[in-house]
Amino acid sequence: MELSGWGKYPTINAEVLHPLTPEDVLRRLRGNLQHPLIPRGLGRSYGDSSLAPQVISTRYLDHLLRFDASSGRLTCSAGVSFADILSVFLPRGWFPPVTPGTKFVTVGGAIASDIHGKNHHLEGSFTDHVSRLKIATVSEGIVECSREQHPELFYATCGGMGLTGVILEATFGLKPIGSAYIDATLLKAATLAETLELFALHQHVPYSVAWMDCLSLGRSPGRSVVILGEHADQGGLTPGKRPRLVVPVDMPSFMLNRSTLRAFNALYYNRVRKKRTDRRLHYEPFFYALDGLRHWNRLYGQRGFTQYQLVLPQEASLEGLRTVLERLAASRHSCALAVLKAFGKGNANYLSFPLEGCTLALDFRLEAGVFELLNELDRIVLDHGGRVYLTKDVRLSAAMFQRSYPKWQAFLQVRKAYGADQRLHSLQSQRLGL
Amino acid sequence: MKHILIIGATSAIAEATARILAQQGDRLYLLARNQERLSTLAADLKIRGAVSVGYRHLDVQAFDTHAAAIAAAFAALDTVDAALIAHGTLPDQQACETDCTATVAALHTNAIGTVVLLTHLANRLERQQSGTLAVITSVAGERGRQSNYVYGAAKGMVSVFLQGLRNRLYRSGVNVLDIKPGFVDTPMTVGFEKGVLWAEPETIARGIVKALDTGKSVTYLPWFWRYIMLLIRSIPERLFKRLKL
Repeated sequence: MELSGWGKYPTINAEVLHPLTPEDVLRRLRGNLQHPLIPRGLGRSYGDSSLAPQVISTRYLDHLLRFDASSGRLTCSAGVSFADILSVFLPRGWFPPVTPGTKFVTVGGAIASDIHGKNHHLEGSFTDHVSRLKIATVSEGIVECSREQHPELFYATCGGMGLTGVILEATFGLKPIGSAYIDATLLKAATLAETLELFALHQHVPYSVAWMDCLSLGRSPGRSVVILGEHADQGGLTPGKRPRLVVPVDMPSFMLNRSTLRAFNALYYNRVRKKRTDRRLHYEPFFYALDGLRHWNRLYGQRGFTQYQLVLPQEASLEGLRTVLERLAASRHSCALAVLKAFGKGNANYLSFPLEGCTLALDFRLEAGVFELLNELDRIVLDHGGRVYLTKDVRLSAAMFQRSYPKWQAFLQVRKAYGADQRLHSLQSQRLGL
Repeated sequence: MKHILIIGATSAIAEATARILAQQGDRLYLLARNQERLSTLAADLKIRGAVSVGYRHLDVQAFDTHAAAIAAAFAALDTVDAALIAHGTLPDQQACETDCTATVAALHTNAIGTVVLLTHLANRLERQQSGTLAVITSVAGERGRQSNYVYGAAKGMVSVFLQGLRNRLYRSGVNVLDIKPGFVDTPMTVGFEKGVLWAEPETIARGIVKALDTGKSVTYLPWFWRYIMLLIRSIPERLFKRLKL
């Protein structure tokens, strides 16, 4: 069947396996060693991370297995989605410890991508809250691992893009909340420097992110709306409704062009009138704004899109981001959405993306010249000691990857030790030389 | 709080239905063949809010074990507000055309096994003088087509059997619900290219829970299949036999 990532590029004709039990996963994993195989959850990684001639779907491995109502510790199968966790546990006053910008990701995918959220500066990434994993491996069968037990498999699997084995189940802690609402504050920042200052000033606030206008024609590069939030203690525990809006077909790609995007960005920035606005929001629009519009990836048209997410270490952030924005302004490509966020400390996982500093995510419609521009951005990122997020990537070179992810060789060792190098490959892993 | 028995509980539609019922705080009893998945599902439903979840192994083709399995379910649930039969297989039509054992096996699972289960359940609900007997059949049971008439014949047989039961049990206050889904994206239909007519098991499950609550006799899921089938049934046979459906 035709498969692609969330960015709709590239597409591949893949055989999709749907195992029903852990034993079934192991049998299929060891089945046909000639075919490259990769696990896949809800297919929300943007590029080619979950694409291979054979794909093993965790769709039917979606059970809640154990829950301790006093501590909030949950054990579930890898195919359970954040949407499902929210619908079951939010009414009881529990929330995921870390959540990405969409609830339509699986726990397995969140671990393989070591996803981060708006609270990274205080809470780290998702796998920092995971205490134990059960993994189906090619050579060692079903293995349980944690920071104490087979730690090398644990650290390689967290953030390991599904390349060590098939994650079967995970144990992690949910966090208690008092309501489904978020007390949010919107702050306007006229420049990039001001944006970074606001992050530093509000680093004690649990959630923070900035939406940046990167099309404002040199007047004020990096002007943004910084969005802060913390869980409210009132408002009730009602989960969100199922989304009703849907983009039915691929939109003609001219709809998102430089002029419409510039207008949209200016509108968004100017819609926020005051320097500071306080409001109480439901968690759905605060965390999952785009989930309300199903298939929003169709807005970019048939040729698809990509997201370029970079991180730069603290000391190089301002300088590096300025250089990136200048390069962007000079190009004819426009990015629809730019999101900026301050990261806290990174973790010990071999391939995790976050490191202490600043991350910037840029969406581009795919068209001639975009990859050349991104290659140039790669060089800027590398010069400033940063790296690019594999979960969003579709075109990174092996050389750039290996220079920016220093533990890649240790990762390869773990792959060998568990037989994963004989079977588990994605289009991305083959491109990156993993 | 309702007491609900689900047969073929590990099928995708049954699981999705059970999850809604669990979240409503019902008492559930599950019968299914895949034991590993059955115990996992029971744990899942308990966490989701089911007051209790009992379960037991059942092979639909082992007809002589049905009475004991249903007795165990009634013993565990006390009264049964609804029994949902959801098991099923999709036979390979072409294989059935050359191999009678494949046809017989498909009829055993999808028709005879269901009829045996229904006989036991109908008698118990009739004595109880209440409850709903719900069976997932298929729109395929409404007209035989060359692409899957073995499956269609089995489902059609069950639908006719249900009509009779509905008529018989009416006076006992037992409702008989025939659930007719169209194309659903489940492990049973893994090999098919999915188009706009395809539905998710969760969508079907919401329809089933609603139909159980409203006491309907027949429900098409999603709703538009009622009109598609109206059209398909109205094509004259002399024309229909020439079509490639």
